[in-house]
Amino acid sequence: MREQQYYLGIDVGSVSTNLVLIDDSEQIVDKIYLRTEGQPINALRNGLKDMASRVGEGIKIKGVGTTGSGRQLASVIVGADCVKNEITAHAVAAQKLIPDVRTILEIGGQDSKIIILRNGVVYDFAMNTVCAAGTGSFLDRQASRLSIPISEFGQYALRAKSTVRIAGRCAVFAESDMIHKQQTGHSLEDIINGLCEALVRNYLNNLAKGKDIQDVVVFQGGVAANVGIVAAFERALNKKIVIPKYFDVMGAYGAALLAREKMQKEGGNTNFYGFNITENEYKAKSIECQGCSNSCEVIEILSNNSVLARWGDKCGKWSEQISHAVNV
Amino acid sequence: MKVTFPHLGNLYVPIKAMLDDLGTDYVVPPFSNKSALELGTKYAPELACLPLKITIGNFIQAYEKGADTIIMVGGCGPCRFGYYYEMQREILHDIGYKMDMIALDIPWGNYKEKVAGIRKLAEGVKKLAGGWNINKILKAAVNTTIISKRMDELESLSFKVRPREKKRGTTNEIMKEFRNKVFSTKGSAGIKKLIEYTEKKLLEVEIDNNYKPLRVGIVGEIYTTIDTGTSLNIQERLGDMGVEVCRPVTISGWIIEHIIKGGLHLPRDLRFAEAAKPYLGAMIGGHAQETIGNSVLFAKDGYDGIIQIYPLTCMPEIVAESILPSIERDYGIPVLTLIIDEMTGEAGYLTRVEAFLDLLEKRRESKAIEGTTVLSGN
Repeated sequence: MREQQYYLGIDVGSVSTNLVLIDDSEQIVDKIYLRTEGQPINALRNGLKDMASRVGEGIKIKGVGTTGSGRQLASVIVGADCVKNEITAHAVAAQKLIPDVRTILEIGGQDSKIIILRNGVVYDFAMNTVCAAGTGSFLDRQASRLSIPISEFGQYALRAKSTVRIAGRCAVFAESDMIHKQQTGHSLEDIINGLCEALVRNYLNNLAKGKDIQDVVVFQGGVAANVGIVAAFERALNKKIVIPKYFDVMGAYGAALLAREKMQKEGGNTNFYGFNITENEYKAKSIECQGCSNSCEVIEILSNNSVLARWGDKCGKWSEQISHAVNV
Repeated sequence: MKVTFPHLGNLYVPIKAMLDDLGTDYVVPPFSNKSALELGTKYAPELACLPLKITIGNFIQAYEKGADTIIMVGGCGPCRFGYYYEMQREILHDIGYKMDMIALDIPWGNYKEKVAGIRKLAEGVKKLAGGWNINKILKAAVNTTIISKRMDELESLSFKVRPREKKRGTTNEIMKEFRNKVFSTKGSAGIKKLIEYTEKKLLEVEIDNNYKPLRVGIVGEIYTTIDTGTSLNIQERLGDMGVEVCRPVTISGWIIEHIIKGGLHLPRDLRFAEAAKPYLGAMIGGHAQETIGNSVLFAKDGYDGIIQIYPLTCMPEIVAESILPSIERDYGIPVLTLIIDEMTGEAGYLTRVEAFLDLLEKRRESKAIEGTTVLSGN
């Protein structure tokens, strides 16, 4: 019997770092959802360590894909075969689980996206540009301010009895408005529900403006766990919202699928360094190049005192010095 | 007198040639960078658009290198840019930089206003040229225009070569060499030769003739689309990713169409206005009508996608942005809008561009499979 082959997908985001292991038939074998806590390298190492202890270090990894805002960093540390932006990764993952999806709503830690698909192709997308008011880290902050575990935040919204309108345009103003409503005696449930509605309103008015939202609508990203937001979306769109089974690790799943596609198409061996990279020390350093008036911020990743990668320079003066250059 | 001027993409080349020819002493400010923006952001009103901030930064950096006089264009154009030289003069004065401002303003308005405008313009030119040598001035003006035109041609040639080059980085090397050499080349004759030399080198780059790059049209506000430092080098980056770009709004276009033909009331090239008509029938300021018209022209020309770039709070482009979805729908061409200000995070910006290119690539594949433009919304 042929040895089972696996593909690893890694999504290093602002709030969470996710790992997904799929087998050759694209089924998810293992998934890990970790908080990044501002230390992506640590999160990555812990994630890999956990995964190795669960599935065994000896399994055969055929390819690795990375995505998310920390995709370059992750690709250098683990040795990735495919580095993709999170929009493409999310779209690929959603299409795999729900083939007739036409709209993807995705709300992550610090960004939110809407992806429109037609005939199985990404047709249009938008990603929040100016403000992070409607995203996971804001909800996180509010939950901890109110001393409610984030996992129960949505339940509170569902128990609301009356509507409270919260200004959702800006995170700072939303927070002042919530405090104001709190001080005037509104119940916590009503306020939380008001906040969910404000976020959904903000999302639909900014991101989804002018976009034709058609069934099937899929909602993914960490915030999809919040039943209050889901309910608010269903009310605002008057549509059924589908939450995929692996909603919280869709980016990583997409990265794994993309890595599999690439390796199958191009063949060759994976760049993966193996699970034992967790024993190495990694440091990131940033330098401002003084070579010209561009003053590029160059990021340097060091492992055991040798330079693994550099990026961020426009001219290639720094990144071209080492073999493992990352194209940004 | 030591003059300086704001950066705007390759504008420093024709201006440098002109000042060399006129024999005027000058300082070229450092290329627009983060510290220019930081300086500008510190002194300009927060809601002013990005070009004002960066140009103020340019002037301060030039002042530190000894400049005492600024050449700036103005104009009663229907966008706040026309008033920037006044703003800059006041701001620099307030923060204690003693610099003179020579504003080259296009004479506008009724007969009386026009005469006053021409007189003011003439005074500026006289000061710059150090006297009334009409022959010298006219020659310099003609050469500046020619060099500007040749520069834009060189740039658009690089847009075509870069995505097709066999060895990545060849085009960038050649353009870098040009940048280094142009500073040690004096006068329009020498610079013309340097442009020719660079053009020849670009044409000799080994290219992959079978490669069919994605074609993306760049539209939007003139400053943020032309100035590479401001647009985060989008044109070069797209080229490095194997995408051919085209940007119809150019400096020489602005000089020839707007200043020369506009000033002399000659018929202008208005293809964009014709194309924009079903969506935006009037000039509403800035380059909004160009944005709309050129987008339609790109769509008709079979381009794969359009990227609109503008500085935050740019009113004309905000209007254009709200019209673009109709063009997207009518022609089935995807549009990505990028808004730039001092808060722009480079990483997030590149994520969007990367995803946009994935989208264009997939769309092209699916069109090829299905044989027809199934995605067009018609």
